[in-house]
Amino acid sequence: QEPREEEKDGNKVGKDEGRTESALQQEQHTKLKPRKRKQEEAGSDGKEFISGKSDPFPGPAPIPEDRVQKFKRKEKTKMPRPKHRKLRDMIVRSDEASEMAQKQAARLDLLLPEDAGFLEGDEDEDTCTISQEDIADAVDITSGAKYFNLKLSQFGPYRLDYSKTGRHLLLGGRRGHVACIDWQSKQLMCEINVMESVNDVKWLHSETMYAVAQKKWLHIYDSNGIELHCIRKFNDVLRMQFLPYHFLLATASATSFLQYLDVSVGKEVAAICTKTGRLDVMCQNPHNAIIHLGHPNGTVTLWSPNQKEALVKMLCHQGGVRSVAVDKTGTYMVTSGMDKKVKVYDIRTFKPLKSYFLPAGASCLSLSHRGLLSAATGDIVQVYKDVWSTPVTKPYMAHRVRGTVWGLHYCPFEDVLGVGHGDGFTSMLVPGAGEPNFDALDANPYRSAKQRQEWEVKALLEKIQPELISLNPNELGQVDHTTFQQRHQDRVQALGFDPLAKDRFTPKYKKKGRSSAGNIERRKKQVAHEDQRDIIRQTVEDKMKMEKERQEKEKKKAELSGQKSALDRFKK
Amino acid sequence: MKVKILARNPDDYVRETKFDIQRVPRNYDPTLHPFEVSREYTRALNATKLERVFAKPFLASLDGHRDGVNCMAKHTKSLSTLLSGSCDGEVKVWDLTKRECVRTLQAHEGFVRGMVVRYCGTSFFTAGDDKTIKQWKMEAPGYGEEEEPLNTILGKTVFTGLDHHQKDGVFATCGQQVDIWDEQRSSPIRSFTWGVDSFSSVRFNPVETELLASCASDRSIVLYDMREAAPLKKVIMTMRSNTLCWNPMEAYYFTCSNEDYNLYTYDMRILDRPVTVHMDHVSAVLDVDYSPTGKEFVSASFDKTIRIFPKAGGHSREVYHTKRMQHVICIKWSADNKYILSGSDEMNIRLWKANAAEKLGVLAPRERQAANYSQKLKEKFQHHPQIRRIAHHRHLPKSIYHQTKELRTMKEARRRKERNVRKHSKPGTVPVVSEREKHVVTVVK
Repeated sequence: QEPREEEKDGNKVGKDEGRTESALQQEQHTKLKPRKRKQEEAGSDGKEFISGKSDPFPGPAPIPEDRVQKFKRKEKTKMPRPKHRKLRDMIVRSDEASEMAQKQAARLDLLLPEDAGFLEGDEDEDTCTISQEDIADAVDITSGAKYFNLKLSQFGPYRLDYSKTGRHLLLGGRRGHVACIDWQSKQLMCEINVMESVNDVKWLHSETMYAVAQKKWLHIYDSNGIELHCIRKFNDVLRMQFLPYHFLLATASATSFLQYLDVSVGKEVAAICTKTGRLDVMCQNPHNAIIHLGHPNGTVTLWSPNQKEALVKMLCHQGGVRSVAVDKTGTYMVTSGMDKKVKVYDIRTFKPLKSYFLPAGASCLSLSHRGLLSAATGDIVQVYKDVWSTPVTKPYMAHRVRGTVWGLHYCPFEDVLGVGHGDGFTSMLVPGAGEPNFDALDANPYRSAKQRQEWEVKALLEKIQPELISLNPNELGQVDHTTFQQRHQDRVQALGFDPLAKDRFTPKYKKKGRSSAGNIERRKKQVAHEDQRDIIRQTVEDKMKMEKERQEKEKKKAELSGQKSALDRFKK
Repeated sequence: MKVKILARNPDDYVRETKFDIQRVPRNYDPTLHPFEVSREYTRALNATKLERVFAKPFLASLDGHRDGVNCMAKHTKSLSTLLSGSCDGEVKVWDLTKRECVRTLQAHEGFVRGMVVRYCGTSFFTAGDDKTIKQWKMEAPGYGEEEEPLNTILGKTVFTGLDHHQKDGVFATCGQQVDIWDEQRSSPIRSFTWGVDSFSSVRFNPVETELLASCASDRSIVLYDMREAAPLKKVIMTMRSNTLCWNPMEAYYFTCSNEDYNLYTYDMRILDRPVTVHMDHVSAVLDVDYSPTGKEFVSASFDKTIRIFPKAGGHSREVYHTKRMQHVICIKWSADNKYILSGSDEMNIRLWKANAAEKLGVLAPRERQAANYSQKLKEKFQHHPQIRRIAHHRHLPKSIYHQTKELRTMKEARRRKERNVRKHSKPGTVPVVSEREKHVVTVVK
């Protein structure tokens, strides 16, 4: 290998010589053009060292484009007219700062310690045929221990929920059995029987408190199983969702009420009568905290606590909606219905993307951090990959559990899918489901009690008010044109003139007869409608382009249909 | 079959011993941090509220004068020294760190009108109602020595203001005319008059050191070049200006405090309209001083308040008042940009923070970082109505509050009348005169 390296070096030196020669030539050239010389000299200086060697990796290290794209938050701001010097300066500076932040974040992204899991079959082996036991055998002992079954046949079927950090599991049996478990160490934190039917269970902001929707009222327990609250305002609750950044517990009841409970102050924020009957299909959009409800007539409705009417009503299925799930980025919604279809929607545009037919229909859906979809049909749990980007024919994984599936939930930051069913609970291994790198300031699975307390205080301090829930979560950071226009109008009315109006152009008085009436008119014309000129020019160009394309199309068409038809004889 | 499952080694995420600090792995992926804008907004709102909670600007009051404080001077070399002259001719030297008077001298009979420290900081000049200018040593006289001025100049008329050249032994006084004095001589080397009988203040330009400006009682501000025999130009306004101050960073700007409750920032080169009109005071503005950064200035007013204005802002960002502070006569912004000193009628000098909510003393790095972050957030969301409302809320004394309201009504009435006149006259005959143009009568060259 050594000689090769030498050759390389030699090449480099050769190149360098070429470079210097060209630089010399350039210098000779630039004597004629003194303006350009500085730049070019600086350019050549940057690559040369005194020793004669050149840096094999000049400049900053390149960053992959997709990583940069991942951290992109906005488009470049359009430059205002050169008149607004201060504004231009501010915009340039903020653009530079955001670009730098984007690049820095992308660079740091390369250094993240963990990689996502994966599962690949051998040649002509389907990954969906690989059994859980095989996977558990193939991986290391700690990971293998994450596949386990809890046989709880007495009080089933079970609903479940993982806490935000993914450390704690909450099980709620239909017949009153509630248990919370530190599932990785398999340590039981508490186990109670509420002696009432349980509809749903949900962790609140941390693992110290959870809510249980019982037969009549909503109850809140702490991690020792002590009942903290019985909330009589919330009756017949069937499903619950917790909005972690707003500290809101959203509940959907059999009496068709959607209610929001602020768990930090214990106040009911909103109670909305949806007038759509029994509400037993519910999910939240983690991107904008909008609640999605599925209805027996095949519609999915979107709700915020600030509006008594649904924000959006979508007809998704023929027949009732059985389950809804929204992905982490708030881009895609997956629904399953009584018509045995699973559909994928883009909820930014509210348009259907994909539709799949499952022979048995899916009763429960769940989406993981990294976009794996799990669907339960009867007692079989199927996991699908890339449901929105590519047409899927086969499941990625499948697993049969002992009873009918009742609840399905991915564990955050782990490759684990929790399945609650008629015969207890199954923790399934799904490689590639979880986000590998957590952010410790947001949700840290390894946090100590002290850290949790600290986090709780911080999180409560930056609790988002429920008024800020809207379809676009970035609305607050955008320019409010309508209010500005309203205020401007008021101001104009108060002042009696428009302070922002542009002064009319008055030509300067020029001597020697150059300010004749005609001349003045001509000078006015030169600057008339200057602000609109660019737009007009653009539209004219666009029109020309379209016209050209149309003509070309016609030409092609005419060429394709070269032979004369029988009807052409009637053409003039 | 190839399989990999997420398996984290807890040793990488948990601290080894309890004497270490906790590990905080970060991932800046935007999908892991939803509601960025709303959370930042909430943080900004909290920061703004906390700023109002911690806004306690008043630090100390220096008492000892036996009459109203008429003028003050900053030491040119020492941050902790302040000189003040009162209406009974007494001059006191203060140590600001100890907050006590270190030296008292009876400089004049009658008012001490002007006081300035020489650029080298070894001596200072005072001018008084007894028609004398005196130069004093900065050091206190030794034991048994008498308090004697280094130099005494007997003038013909009363002096009303005094300023020293930035780097030469030359100083300027004003009274019935503006005089330029050499320190070595007992008669002025140059005298300027321009049909004016009395001047109230004179200031040297800090950058173009041969230039100086003065406020005259005929409502004009006159600019001079020391090297020329005649004044340069003057602008006549509708009301008299009391004092003026040059911007130390952009020294072609100066701000004058006016009797019509406003302050005006002028560009020296274009005097026919002020760059900015600063409104908010409800009585005559008596004194003005720039911060050493040139970004803000502070003004003292007859309405018993001090206001801080951004250099380009039309309204004040801050107002200071206390129950006991009477008409504020003189004001200084300390050379480290942290404190404001005000001298008022009721014989006290008060020490204020320039930034009301700032924590004094040394900040720990994390504290500094948090303060910077919340400052940036406040800036980012400053235009949101709720944050704006909290940040702009100030408690005002009842009299000032009502006067502000009254002034607003008067202004509104005037504007309405003008609008009606314009509406009922031939288009173009009643032109719109901007606020900036209103107050300038003429410019004379």
